[in-house]
Amino acid sequence: MIHPLFLLQDGAPAVVAADTAWMLVATALVLLMTPALAFFYGGLVRAKNSLNTMMMSFAALGAVGVVWALLGYSLAFAEGNDWIGGGAYALLSGVGTEAHGTIPHVLFMAYQGTFAIVTAALISGAVVERMRFGPYLAFIVLWSLLVYAPVAHWVWGGGWLASRGVLDFAGGTVVHINAGVSALVAALVLGVRKDYGRQALLPHNVPFVLLGAGLLWFGWFGFNGGSALAANGLAALAFTNTFLAPMATLVVWVLLDYARTGHATAVGGATAIVIGLVAVTPAAGYIAPVSALVLGALAAVPSYFAIVARSRTRLDDSLDVFAGHGIGGIVGALLTGVFAARAWNPAGADGLLAGHASQVAVQALGVGAAAAYSALGTWGILQALALVTTLRAAPRAEGLGLDVTQHGEEAYASAEGSILVIPDAAPAGAPVPTFAPSTP
Amino acid sequence: MKLIVAIIRPDRLNEVLEALYRAEVTGLTVSRVMGHGGETDRVETYRGTTVKMELHEKVRLEIGVSEPFVDVTVRAILSAARTGDVGDGKVFVVDVDQVHRIRTGERDEMAVTPG
Repeated sequence: MIHPLFLLQDGAPAVVAADTAWMLVATALVLLMTPALAFFYGGLVRAKNSLNTMMMSFAALGAVGVVWALLGYSLAFAEGNDWIGGGAYALLSGVGTEAHGTIPHVLFMAYQGTFAIVTAALISGAVVERMRFGPYLAFIVLWSLLVYAPVAHWVWGGGWLASRGVLDFAGGTVVHINAGVSALVAALVLGVRKDYGRQALLPHNVPFVLLGAGLLWFGWFGFNGGSALAANGLAALAFTNTFLAPMATLVVWVLLDYARTGHATAVGGATAIVIGLVAVTPAAGYIAPVSALVLGALAAVPSYFAIVARSRTRLDDSLDVFAGHGIGGIVGALLTGVFAARAWNPAGADGLLAGHASQVAVQALGVGAAAAYSALGTWGILQALALVTTLRAAPRAEGLGLDVTQHGEEAYASAEGSILVIPDAAPAGAPVPTFAPSTP
Repeated sequence: MKLIVAIIRPDRLNEVLEALYRAEVTGLTVSRVMGHGGETDRVETYRGTTVKMELHEKVRLEIGVSEPFVDVTVRAILSAARTGDVGDGKVFVVDVDQVHRIRTGERDEMAVTPG
């Protein structure tokens, strides 16, 4: 997403109506991915934690979105050094309706904001059912400034990875490897859920999981297609690859499921779609559509077996964020170096199959750098927060469920046995339940 | 021959089942119930409406046992279901007139003995 458009343009940049129209839609599509993720994750947890899990995504829409506008955008995209952007766009100063590429600058800021939000929300899948909500909010705010913004700057904001030729069309490194590795570290720091490995922790609503996966796919057309930052052939290529890759992943996943368990599972199918989307993200604008099918098919295998293996360990990455986004992202980033073809995108590079094997090494550099930095950053933020507060809910609260203990709500409340508390009535005059206990 | 009825916390069910299996008590029925004991009310808020949840989710276990198993079963439940806080539940031991095993037509002690 280091804008080829800038390079092609001569003279003063101008806002192009068609590009702006597409990017307005794409921004709304990517924003939808965060509620979609809430459904995907929310369905995968137990009923007593479903609101908490969904709120972990929804809260990112607020907290991360606000800090993005105040500071994050500037740290990622303002002119700075190789490592981090400057403060020129802090508090959105200097971000107006003037052209940025061929779209208004404010729109570019909003579009990028949707990425920051969904990336932070992705991490929550590793810490669900046990992390206190307040410390989680503090974590995603700090993470989006200290980890997301710098890595986005390295790849997209003119930082050092961009200048080394790392290809990351829509955020395989910035979004998925970054979130996946952070999730792995967060799961290790938080520790296992108290019931983990002792009883089956099953999804409470598989239809939610399918709904979430479907909406994620829909939103992902804005994520990848919009990363062309224009309504042109490149956007169409990225869109089509986003269309094809998850289809291949889904087919391979179902076959693997049949071979291993004899059943094509719905949770598996939903997971496959997300992993196909993750894997095609860095490649979307650089590879041929047929390559996208192969990439999607290949991406199913490592993540499939990573999920199977992970569940037998003491690593409670509860919703397999690392197996999905970390491994899916790494596979996608490396395969981008294999399948990239200048014939499809002259602003890209040739990969291994086009006789340019060193692109794979460049991609590996990007993967390694992002993984190392996000692991370190996440570990540091969580350790710092642990000094001032408790990250985990008490075992008792974990048993009761985080919906009631963190939010004072239930996902599936029955009004039976509830008594309305009328604010003005004196506490002593509160209605007496008909089934009041006989002993005081 | 007794019927043991236990009302316990849902989040202790797994521990209780584990303890019962260790005590070789294998025949039981579990249901989700709502109940009210002495525990403090939970306050929840929905769109400005504050409510006190008077009924709490509980799990009811029903276990038909022969005399030698009564104490074992009760002890297993007591130790596994206890958290020490109000709301841990109750165990009732009730006399039973007759028990019939539907599959074989066996009666009473034979009907509650595995096999």
